[in-house]
Amino acid sequence: MKTETFSYLAPLSNEQIAQQIQYFLNQGWIPGIEYTAQIDPTTAYWNWWKLPLFGAKTPGEALTEIEACKAAHPACFIRVTAYDNNRQGQVMGFVVHRPGGGE
Amino acid sequence: MSNAQNSDSKTIESALYDAGVKEYSAAGRHYYDIGYKPGDTQVLAAFRITPLEGVPFEEAAAAVAAESSFATWTAVWSDYLVDPSRYSARTYEIKPVPGRKDQVMAYIAYPLDLFEEGSMPNLMSSLAGNVFGFKPLRALRLEDVYFPPALLKTFQGPPHGIQVERDRLDKYGRPLLGATMKPKLGLSAKNYGRLVYEALRGGLDFTKDDENITSQPFMRWRDRYEFVMEAVKQAESETGERKGHYLNVTGGDMEEMYRRAELAKELGSRIIMVDYLIVGFTAFASLSKWCRANGMLLHAHRAMHTVIDRQPDHGIHWRVLAKWCRIVGADHLHNGTVVGKLESGRDSTIGINEMLRRDFAGTKDCLGYHFDQPWLSMPGMFPVASGGIHVWHIPELVSIFGDDVILQFGGGTVGHPWGSAAGATANRVALEAVVQARNEGRHLIAEGPDILKAAAKSSSELRVAMETWQGITFDYKEVDTLVKV
Repeated sequence: MKTETFSYLAPLSNEQIAQQIQYFLNQGWIPGIEYTAQIDPTTAYWNWWKLPLFGAKTPGEALTEIEACKAAHPACFIRVTAYDNNRQGQVMGFVVHRPGGGE
Repeated sequence: MSNAQNSDSKTIESALYDAGVKEYSAAGRHYYDIGYKPGDTQVLAAFRITPLEGVPFEEAAAAVAAESSFATWTAVWSDYLVDPSRYSARTYEIKPVPGRKDQVMAYIAYPLDLFEEGSMPNLMSSLAGNVFGFKPLRALRLEDVYFPPALLKTFQGPPHGIQVERDRLDKYGRPLLGATMKPKLGLSAKNYGRLVYEALRGGLDFTKDDENITSQPFMRWRDRYEFVMEAVKQAESETGERKGHYLNVTGGDMEEMYRRAELAKELGSRIIMVDYLIVGFTAFASLSKWCRANGMLLHAHRAMHTVIDRQPDHGIHWRVLAKWCRIVGADHLHNGTVVGKLESGRDSTIGINEMLRRDFAGTKDCLGYHFDQPWLSMPGMFPVASGGIHVWHIPELVSIFGDDVILQFGGGTVGHPWGSAAGATANRVALEAVVQARNEGRHLIAEGPDILKAAAKSSSELRVAMETWQGITFDYKEVDTLVKV
């Protein structure tokens, strides 16, 4: 499946994921983590992993939560999102984990 | 009463009022009023005026204000039944046009009550009406119009706007990708659906009807809609992504357009398209309202704009037609590419893109505009860059336009040597690699080619696209360059 931004690139390394989250934080965006068992174009809402990371200061905090989400839901797709409370909406989303590591 | 009894005026020897033709700029009339301070409910317009030789600038500027508002060519007795000062537009400032001794830029203020609420045609018939044929003017060009909040709030603007469209499509943090299906004319409905399917499954977000595809004998609209929507749904289920095809509903009459829009909705399309200048602002407004009522995105194609806007001295500047499009309301509007095959001055194109997207369109950011335009809560819309662009242009396009833009690669998708699915993948890979690199803080202009070459290592589709279009540019001088007054 080819959903979300960056889905046509090779899977991002942890370092590359951290760079993207740093970009979110630089923009003043709020990162969030979501997971789903199945990708389906009719389903906009994936499950939230906890709440968006309102107080996050570093990408490391988000990476820790991504790992925790992976451990709890290894057979799920996991994506990182970003919210912009100035624009009042979601502004980014990309998949960071696919079941089995493939597409 | 007989006619004979009703002709007393024939016997009157002297005029009963001050009849005859007066200069528009005459004292006591209001049309030329340099230093007048427009009120905060007034509509402002900037006109580039080229008078005939021998006609003074102030008389020409007063005439434009007069003829686009209250006056006719001669005094009439019925003027005395109203208060002309309440309905007269006033030229409050004139500026020279650099490099043009025969021209002047005139700034004119219009009282709010000259205009009907929520009616662009009404405003156009004053500001872009008979005044353009007025004989003492060799040429006349409308360069900008400011809408005061009191008038702007009587329009609803884009049916959805950028953020709601992104939410509806679940696509964030990057430009959207589209392609116009080629050849423009002659494909059967089923073959056309194949083109849509290939481009969408390869990674595009949108495909598009061409502006002159409606319902010709080789492909009737109902057949096209049905095959296209089958293609869209198949591509969505294969990729897991939401996608769309701009179904052109432009038709010979409004009833036919509604009929087409209704079927598009019934088949589950997310978006329809219209040639907004060709159908006219009344039909465009009706369709915009239909889209809002029916949860359908609206793509506006600007076919015919160059008929109106390309001559630097006469007509209506594209930046005005684009502003009117946001006010009446579409979700997408074609603007230039800067780098592609169609006329598109860099500063002017960027200025119009910013006007379409910002909450406050100030003249500092919106180059070419004469007035700051606050948009209040009216949503922004996606500019569409289309025409002669290919993968090598992507770093510069992202650098110029940012994320809230739709990049459309028609030839640059369908023209891929391996077919349009590969062309679509090449564009998507290049786009995502460029966005990723930008977010990492890399310089897109200096490092653009390296970013693309690195991405091509894991995408043979991109590698072949880069080989096919290496060095293809369109460097022609522009006909209409931006004038700074």
